[in-house]
Amino acid sequence: MVKEKIIAMLAEATDTDAADITLDTQFSDLGIDSLDMTEMAMDLEDEFSIEFTPSPEINTVGKLVEAVEKLVEG
Amino acid sequence: MSFRITGTGMYVPPKAVTNDDLAQIVETNDEWIQKRVGIRERRISETEFTSEMGAKAAQAALDDAGIKTEDLDMILAATVSGETVSPSMACMIQNRLGATCPAMEVNAACSAFLFLLETAAAFFALHKEYKRILVVGCERMSGILDWNDRSTCVIFGDGAGSAVLERGEGYLDSVCTVKGGDDVIKIPHFIGMSPWFKTEQDTPYIHMAGQETFKYAVSSIESDINTLLERNNLTIDDIAYIVPHQANQRILDFAAKRLKTDPAKFVSNIAKYGNTSSASIPMALHELKASGKLKRGDKLILCAFGGGLSNMACLIEY
Repeated sequence: MVKEKIIAMLAEATDTDAADITLDTQFSDLGIDSLDMTEMAMDLEDEFSIEFTPSPEINTVGKLVEAVEKLVEG
Repeated sequence: MSFRITGTGMYVPPKAVTNDDLAQIVETNDEWIQKRVGIRERRISETEFTSEMGAKAAQAALDDAGIKTEDLDMILAATVSGETVSPSMACMIQNRLGATCPAMEVNAACSAFLFLLETAAAFFALHKEYKRILVVGCERMSGILDWNDRSTCVIFGDGAGSAVLERGEGYLDSVCTVKGGDDVIKIPHFIGMSPWFKTEQDTPYIHMAGQETFKYAVSSIESDINTLLERNNLTIDDIAYIVPHQANQRILDFAAKRLKTDPAKFVSNIAKYGNTSSASIPMALHELKASGKLKRGDKLILCAFGGGLSNMACLIEY
């Protein structure tokens, strides 16, 4: 569910086909910058009732999904 | 509650510095700046001190309201970049205008103009004889920037904005929040030359954590506007314009998205002037008024956020 939501958000934000976004996709390949990440983090916080601060190490879709899943599971 | 805005004015120094100009002195480029913050150019003072710009904006607001300096009961000013700590910019502006009324400064960084309005409302309530208060936000941000730091020096600009407030019923509600701390935004003072003081301090320029500032700004705009709407049984559609602090176009666009409203409702002139801290809201308000779009009776929300951290919003009937 986290994975699907994140991919849907990325697809909308970058005008990319969701089918083209995988766990290995790098944010830099999607043209996502740090402010885009902050915007997405705020939307994810609302969506999953978590507190999430993005970091430079979270640079792929898979790493973001993993980080958010950990927070959701508490 | 206590006043109406009867005049506005602004002043910016003549020298426009473009993104391409900045690319000559720091590693940056026009595309990056426009995408990240939405600024095309900013005005930079070459000769004028902060209080000179403040006095020019103030005089423009007085002319717009059709009143003279002797009609003023109080001058309130704000800055983070004055040429002197004392006299305050309010006192310097009083002197430059040739006014004789009391004058004082309020420090709330980029939120300060709204704190001036709140302070003015309190003075109108305290002094029943007060009829007119002049409020001024004035900044020479170029003097407190590290021009080697590309993450901050491209964002800010110089300018001043002012408004004449006359006793009335246009200030309807306000919400104010302070979360004190210097970890997100700070502008340290010059540390001084005491031979005994041993603690090190950051350089006396603007230090800002970009992502944290962005998040704080969007959250505070959203929360403050929703609070004002709920408390006054209004919806966002009842608001003609939102006049926000001009920090970053992306902050405004994302706040509009989260509030599910048209980004065009957010008045923006950041592309021309950059972030002018306490001057940005009165400058944007003045340009909105000068455009002829603003009508008497329109409901406006002014909202601000900045160092402190302090954020504030107010509901005004123009």
